[in-house]
Amino acid sequence: MTAQVQTYEHDVLVIGAGGAGLRAAIEASAAKVSVGLVCKSLLGKAHTVMAEGGIAAALANVDERDSWKVHFADTMRGGQYVNNWRMAELHAKEAPDRVRELEAWGALFDRTKDGRILQRNFGGHRYPRLAHVGDRTGLEMIRTLQDHGVHQGIDVHMERTVVALLKDGDRVSGALAYDRERGLLHLFRAGAVVLATGGIGRAYRITSNSWEYTGDGHALAYDAGAELMDMEFVQFHPTGMIWPPSVQGILVTEGVRGEGGVLLNNEGRRFLFDDIPDAYKNQTADNEDEGFRYTQGDKSARRPPELLTRDHVARCIVREIREGRGSPHGGVFLDISWIKKRLGNAEELIKKKLPSMYHQFLKLADIDITREPMEVGPTTHYIMGGVRVEAESQMSTVPGLFAAGECAAGLHGANRLGGNSLSDLLVFGQRAGAHAAQFARKAGGVRIPDAQIDDAARAALAPFEREGIDDGAGPYRIQHELQQTMQDLVGIVRREDEMLRALEAIARLRERAARVRVAGNRAFNPGWHTALELRNLMTVSEAVARSALERKESRGAHFRDDHPGKDAASGKVNVVVRRGPDGAMQIARRPIPEVRADLRQIVEEMK
Amino acid sequence: MTATATATFRIWRGDARGGSFADYATEVAPGMVVLDAVHRIQAEQAPDLAVRWNCKAGKCGSCSAEVNGLPRLMCMTRLSDLPLSGPVTLRPMKTFPIVRDLVTDVSWNYRVKRKIKEFKPRPPDAPDGTWRMAQADIERVQEFRKCIECFLCQDVCHVLREHEMHEQFIGPRYLMHVAALEMHPLDVEDRVGELTEAGGIGLCNITKCCTRVCPEEIAITDNAIIPLKERVVDEVYDPLHRLFRVFRAAS
Repeated sequence: MTAQVQTYEHDVLVIGAGGAGLRAAIEASAAKVSVGLVCKSLLGKAHTVMAEGGIAAALANVDERDSWKVHFADTMRGGQYVNNWRMAELHAKEAPDRVRELEAWGALFDRTKDGRILQRNFGGHRYPRLAHVGDRTGLEMIRTLQDHGVHQGIDVHMERTVVALLKDGDRVSGALAYDRERGLLHLFRAGAVVLATGGIGRAYRITSNSWEYTGDGHALAYDAGAELMDMEFVQFHPTGMIWPPSVQGILVTEGVRGEGGVLLNNEGRRFLFDDIPDAYKNQTADNEDEGFRYTQGDKSARRPPELLTRDHVARCIVREIREGRGSPHGGVFLDISWIKKRLGNAEELIKKKLPSMYHQFLKLADIDITREPMEVGPTTHYIMGGVRVEAESQMSTVPGLFAAGECAAGLHGANRLGGNSLSDLLVFGQRAGAHAAQFARKAGGVRIPDAQIDDAARAALAPFEREGIDDGAGPYRIQHELQQTMQDLVGIVRREDEMLRALEAIARLRERAARVRVAGNRAFNPGWHTALELRNLMTVSEAVARSALERKESRGAHFRDDHPGKDAASGKVNVVVRRGPDGAMQIARRPIPEVRADLRQIVEEMK
Repeated sequence: MTATATATFRIWRGDARGGSFADYATEVAPGMVVLDAVHRIQAEQAPDLAVRWNCKAGKCGSCSAEVNGLPRLMCMTRLSDLPLSGPVTLRPMKTFPIVRDLVTDVSWNYRVKRKIKEFKPRPPDAPDGTWRMAQADIERVQEFRKCIECFLCQDVCHVLREHEMHEQFIGPRYLMHVAALEMHPLDVEDRVGELTEAGGIGLCNITKCCTRVCPEEIAITDNAIIPLKERVVDEVYDPLHRLFRVFRAAS
């Protein structure tokens, strides 16, 4: 071996320390195998920390009519029935235990009057289902997992970025990473690897996601030969901040609408009443009074149209803006202050239930949300697609390679319900950790050919070696152009000609990225980090565009202007991409297995 | 601030071996925060400028630095709140070793936290393994759990900043962490003894600097540290109270 690397050995290597990665590491460690946890940032800073609204679990603490069956049916309906139904079943059944477990590890959720975990309303959930702590649920979850995790004998490697997965024949046997602080290379040998790297939001210009969300796990898995599924389904959250420009994209929790907030156009009209999809007609209020009563806990009331699924609300907002009924800065209005008309203690209530939102708007936009409406617009938030995994174990099509959380596909189908992400992290993080430990124990020792290590090391250091007259700002420029391309051509409303243009642009940018040179040295050099992440961003952007071209219908978060309706045949398949023998991206359709009879019955009964 | 104003940022550049301030003039627009300016400078003039950040919304506590001498989150510091007639000075947190530019080595904080005994709940209240807690009883602990671990309180605390007593004193962040555990309605662990020894709670002389810099506006001194000091006095130095605690633990 020629490359200078420091070597570590673990039975299970977990990549990513958000909710899924931490939960997987805790579970693997409980199975008495050695566990390494690698993360790009400091521990506790992962994107999970941004989650606001809550964790969906059918605890039935607030409404006794709730059960795993209702949660399952809601998840399938929200996902427009292209979900992996087995994952949706496991998720609905296991989420309550995973939430209670957090309490046993020290989490302090808001309480009901009789002292149990309080649950709140959220889009697409029939009953109040989200366990929460004000609007900082993600922080509570990650801190609980972090504080519990560090006492479980897990080796945490902070601020290290994995650049390649390494294989022993067909199976995964480790990973190569660099550390941000010094830029040195680190080799991890592992019997099993769990990817828990989150999403791809940084492929878009307007996003609620942090710099970390560059599709690393997606691209690492793809490069290692795994299949990616459902990549056309990118969730644009309906309510991101839009003004001032520097805060564009920052999330405004759906909890605002759950607590009674309404969406208005510039005529003051609640436009969501104008367009309620048939699948939700029975469950949706047709007047303002009933909608408000629902948010205040009236069990006989149906939910307001603001709590329809995110894909639908985002598209309605885009329509209002395009048709000239938007707000001054190109969004729509989100108003929670109006509840003053109905409630005496509204101001106090808003500050109590939505403290971070109050703080965020006051500090960053000079808006007091207890007195005036917010301006909001859609922001890239989440990808339903990811590594194609087996439901029970979360193992990918590559032996020994597991994926959990946002970087895995299946649970959410064509559209994720709010609150189902945090529960996804817990349920499938736990499963991935347990199965990875089991796999590693059975699999025994691993071997990594030196040539693979050398190749990966060379690729990582190449941006320093290249000749050129570049000023070193190249990585940032290429990233910016890619983000603009995806934003303009593969966004909320899609068309074939635009997506073909996007693919051409991605190919050109990929070539430029392969020649990009970076300035400075290897110590904490963001220019170098950005250059290496470009490869991953190119892979996931191409996967999104190709999958979106392949799905010639509109379903969930994927909306085709040139195919605006649903197509029954397309509803029976998932689109997958994988790397062909020539290195080019191949596309295929995988039939969705027949839904088990008892589950089909649940879906039918709750339609 | 007009739409196309220019401002100068005087940013510390260097590593553990030394460094100096460099001036960068960049365009600023209404609504911008300090971190936006740093990103613009990075993308246009200084591609290897090292800075930590994640959420850009005051929720992760990554982008801590000293802005014009004050410990702040760069993502929550509006340029409109700073005088832009002269340079805006940005330097890394002083209390921790420099890694590079605005990035410091905060790993000491993680080592300190790991030494604090973890949460240990009483047996469940209900047969299904769950507990009952009143909202009123958890609110003070929820305040402490708002902490985003930005370490600005650690940075400003003179026991660490001026006297460098990192081995004797765990700092406001972790005194508050202990308070959160001790006041957790379910917790049955005892950490008070450690506080006087390894924690060094006596070194805090309640100047409230930590409270003033907390971006989450947590009343660290009044609500966490002072009650904790009282508990130490009660339990460590009051024999009756100690006896009571022994009985309570045994029952």
